[in-house]
Amino acid sequence: MNQDKRIRTLVAKPGLDGHDRGAKVIARALRDAGMEVIYSGIRQTPEQIVDAALQEDVDVLLLSILSGAHSFLFPRIMELMKKKGLGDILVLGGGIIPVEDVPELKALGISEVFGPGMTSETLIKYITENLSAGN
Amino acid sequence: MERDLERIREEEDRWKRECLNKHRFNRAETDWGEEIKPLYTPDDTRDIDYLEEVGFPGEYPFTRGPHPSMYLGRLWTMRQYSGYGTAEETNKRYRYLLEQGQTGLSVAFDLPTQIGYDSDHPLAQGEVGKVGVAVDSLADMETIFDGLPLDKLSTSMTINSAAAVLLAMYIVVAEKQGVDPGKLNGTIQNDILKEYTVRGTYIFPVGPSLRLITDIFEYCSKHVPRWNTINIAGYHMREAGATAVQEIAFTFADAIEYVNAGIKAGLKVDDFAPRISWIFNTHNNFFEEIAKYRAARRLWAKIMKERFEAKDPRSWMFRFHTQTAGSALTAQQPLNNVVRVAFQTLAAVLAGAQSLASCSFDEALALPTEESVRLSLRTQQIIAHELGVTDTVDPMGGSFYMESLTKRMEEEITEYLKKIDELGGAAAAIEKGYIQQEIQESAYRYQKEVESGKKVVVGMNKYQVEEPPTKGLLKVDPKVGETQIEKLKAFKTTRDSVKLEPALAALKNAAERNANLMPPILDAVRVYATLGEICDVLREVFGEYEGTSAI
Repeated sequence: MNQDKRIRTLVAKPGLDGHDRGAKVIARALRDAGMEVIYSGIRQTPEQIVDAALQEDVDVLLLSILSGAHSFLFPRIMELMKKKGLGDILVLGGGIIPVEDVPELKALGISEVFGPGMTSETLIKYITENLSAGN
Repeated sequence: MERDLERIREEEDRWKRECLNKHRFNRAETDWGEEIKPLYTPDDTRDIDYLEEVGFPGEYPFTRGPHPSMYLGRLWTMRQYSGYGTAEETNKRYRYLLEQGQTGLSVAFDLPTQIGYDSDHPLAQGEVGKVGVAVDSLADMETIFDGLPLDKLSTSMTINSAAAVLLAMYIVVAEKQGVDPGKLNGTIQNDILKEYTVRGTYIFPVGPSLRLITDIFEYCSKHVPRWNTINIAGYHMREAGATAVQEIAFTFADAIEYVNAGIKAGLKVDDFAPRISWIFNTHNNFFEEIAKYRAARRLWAKIMKERFEAKDPRSWMFRFHTQTAGSALTAQQPLNNVVRVAFQTLAAVLAGAQSLASCSFDEALALPTEESVRLSLRTQQIIAHELGVTDTVDPMGGSFYMESLTKRMEEEITEYLKKIDELGGAAAAIEKGYIQQEIQESAYRYQKEVESGKKVVVGMNKYQVEEPPTKGLLKVDPKVGETQIEKLKAFKTTRDSVKLEPALAALKNAAERNANLMPPILDAVRVYATLGEICDVLREVFGEYEGTSAI
């Protein structure tokens, strides 16, 4: 990745879940850290999210979900990402996601899943380290 | 008296001179950022006219409570928010909670139900039965309330854009049990404005949504007179990050919009205002939470009497349900939440709540188990029966700090309401993104304070331990979606479809004609039209609300 280019991120809310306090706080924190941030808004379908990731040419996709629908929606999103050739985008999950579900999600290509109590510092560090390592 | 106050002030000045420099006084501030004095004395309440501003319970302005005897007459309704999976599982959970001494029901619906989609809708995939119970038709509601006598229960339903349909289903279940709708007690949330700002389960645009609300007001005032037709919600704004002051201010702004809508629809304020109820969030800041409700009672009474010129004292009364703060729970060391919930529950009781739900300690991680929800119900029962806090009305009344804080919060809320009036009311303020922005600012400020350590969250940013993942959490059966779709398919083949088309056509006609929608919705429910079918008819006529995503 070009060091001069700002990191482009998409914070997205898949499914019907309206809880976006966390997504918005993270969006603000990433922006304050100098990243470009696009927030999808709530109630987005996997198709809408993947299209936005493609069109906005993002480096990172952050998926926030608290409704428990991750086990259906995350695989669907990852499948579409592969289909559209977006396999190199760093994908992160967050919200209320039971720890026993995490290995399955990581096997899909989701790099990390963050839970309640994560600090923005942890997230920003994770993104910058993993983007430079991966590129 | 005046001479005493002078002496007290002089003595307070002396005390400050002698002590403030000599001893350490850490600075404290309210949630909205105002400095809290190290000590409150009668001097801080000297401008509060007791008879005018505080008064007596059951009398205007109701600062001390809406009812004269409060808990000496009747305890609050213990009403845990619950529902998950299928109608059968939810019915089982309700029977369990009632057996354990719960005194009211509070129904959590899953997201497809809340947004008016049947379980087989493509957008419902993965969501069925997850955050609440799935309801596709009257058949599911019959199962949820099977064996539960609706004339003896009070039921709250957290349903907003689809409120008319779920209320209609509840009424028909009652009819089938042989219960006269005139005897039904309970509430639907029916508060659409906060769905646009913080909760997200909207369906229709603002205009038709407000019409559905006023149609419910009108219908119930004639046919379901004891039903609380709206449960205006600050809870979710607080969860989204609002301060206590913002929570009340933005909720009252929404309420003013609904009252205006009712009046504009041709209703008399006293015909529907007595049936307004509320749900708020009782958070950690103990005294502020109590003052918040005392201030809200006084201010709502003034708004109804002075601004809307309501004559019926019941229109002036602020009667509220509260739930402890889900967002105050930590996923780390979850047992610590037992303590948080207990204190928040105590604050709600000291504030004079009419109805109360206490979160369960495992709710930062999952829906509560039977055991964890029983513990939070026991927390309420211990407070009700063992602590003696119900022995007199408004025991916090008269505390210099409490009365002063109550007054300050009332003033702060009033300031916000003025600002929202200037923006053209709640709907206009929401359209301009003002309310969303204010809440986001507070949420971000809070997060920064937690991350900097200025705000201590025990077990999360201080006193952390290494701990294994919590065991024994409730897991909703992953097959619930498939089960529900199978049930729906089977149900559709057995219902009498001949009556369906005319019922839905009549509904469409009423929607287009501006007739009250409750009677045709009731008719459609009676012939087992599904929630999705009914909402689709309305979507066709009303269109759908487009969300916004500003940050």
